[in-house]
Amino acid sequence: MNNIQLDNQGRLKHFLGIGGLKRSLLIDILDTAASLINVPEKSVKKVPLLRGKTVVNLFFEPSTRTRTTFELAAKRLSADVLNFNIDTSSSSKGENLIDMLHNLQAMHCDMFIVRHGAGGAAYFMAQHVAPDISIINAGDGQHAHPTQAMLDMYTIRQNKGDFAPLRVAIVGDIRHSRVARSDIQALTILGVSQVRVVGPKTLIPKGVEELGVKVFHDLKAGLKEVDVVIMLRLQRERMLRGAFLPSAYEYFQYYGLTKEVLKVTHPDAIVMHPGPINRGVEIDSNVADGPYSVILQQVSNGIAIRMAVMAMTLGAVSEKKDAN
Amino acid sequence: MSSINQIDMLICSMANYLNHHLKTQNRDDVLMVGIQTGGVWVAERLHALLKLPKPLGQLNIAFYRDDFSRIGLHPHVKPSSLPLEVENHHIILVDDVLHTGRTIRAALNEIFDYGRPASVTLAVLVERNGRELPIQPDIIGCSLCVEPGKHIKLCGPDPLSLEIRTLHE
Repeated sequence: MNNIQLDNQGRLKHFLGIGGLKRSLLIDILDTAASLINVPEKSVKKVPLLRGKTVVNLFFEPSTRTRTTFELAAKRLSADVLNFNIDTSSSSKGENLIDMLHNLQAMHCDMFIVRHGAGGAAYFMAQHVAPDISIINAGDGQHAHPTQAMLDMYTIRQNKGDFAPLRVAIVGDIRHSRVARSDIQALTILGVSQVRVVGPKTLIPKGVEELGVKVFHDLKAGLKEVDVVIMLRLQRERMLRGAFLPSAYEYFQYYGLTKEVLKVTHPDAIVMHPGPINRGVEIDSNVADGPYSVILQQVSNGIAIRMAVMAMTLGAVSEKKDAN
Repeated sequence: MSSINQIDMLICSMANYLNHHLKTQNRDDVLMVGIQTGGVWVAERLHALLKLPKPLGQLNIAFYRDDFSRIGLHPHVKPSSLPLEVENHHIILVDDVLHTGRTIRAALNEIFDYGRPASVTLAVLVERNGRELPIQPDIIGCSLCVEPGKHIKLCGPDPLSLEIRTLHE
């Protein structure tokens, strides 16, 4: 099948989603990130791979962690970074996405990091962009967040080693979560033993079982003997239409991760969260700051994963440009 | 082409030259760094022969290559590990084959990103023709002159052997 993300040699040209990628390519991303992980330990915290390249952060939705880690990743690869301020950009003056894209292309930029509220926005841009430009999806609507999924996979491999024997539970607002979708795809491709989703019926999308996951509505039953717990934030900004929950307090009573609940997991289980954390809503402070929490490792690993994906995609398009 | 004994003899003679070089320069507190992967194999043997007290460093120059925009990122690269401070240390940089000089240029750039060394001495198992940059070795195992288009490769790690291949064969 023709995958827009890959070049004719099967290498990553854009990074839009996890679906359709081979296990070997996901492992390549993890291995490349591993070789970049100690760049910040040098006195000059950079490698010159993307020297002379221009990376544009194109964020149509608010983000702190993802945008800053993409910016830091680009700078650690020696690229020049342009942060597009969407609030003051032409989009608020009615310019459409394609015109904006063509204008940025005319400025000789090499890569666009795109976050957008509409699912498929990054894919749409990849279809219309010049062949020597890479698009990286930094989250599109409720669809995909592939770099978050890969940094989650990196953190799991760092702490657990082999993927095959692992039981992983994703807990909370599965319905509105692009992280959950990308995580489920990555975990499945990497061949974990079981992926579970846990949450109230209102926050689990219908038909999610078709992705190969097991659904639980009881938190303790869902977490029984799991090796990895991925907690999700309640995306209240996406709950404007419909009554999904009685209250945050009630949600915490049934689905909040506490030390008491964690007793049912495997004793060495790790707790992850893509952030930002809502303490006392989906996770107790004792757990978020406890010894099983690898939440800050995820943030550090995010920089290395984003460096790896940028280097791999721009390496592929550079060669294409040269071959022409 | 070469048997294990010949390669070992070359490395022994390199160790002798290096020993003499360090004594005349009055450098006893050195940090040896091998360039992955062939350079590390040579450096491991030199490090053992010279009984150097400081652990061996390894450099992976994949992220410093000047042909990234032509050939893209080389997959399966191991990270560099320089276990000690580079700042103000005398460094012995070891590689298997010195050809164009571009690998050494990349390695020097990476070393300087870790700090400012007091000096860098270059030791190579094979010095061949075809230099494209003004880089010359201080310690040489042997010098070879081969036709353009030929590639000298160190195979290993155990035993070590040299092969001459034709590029794009």
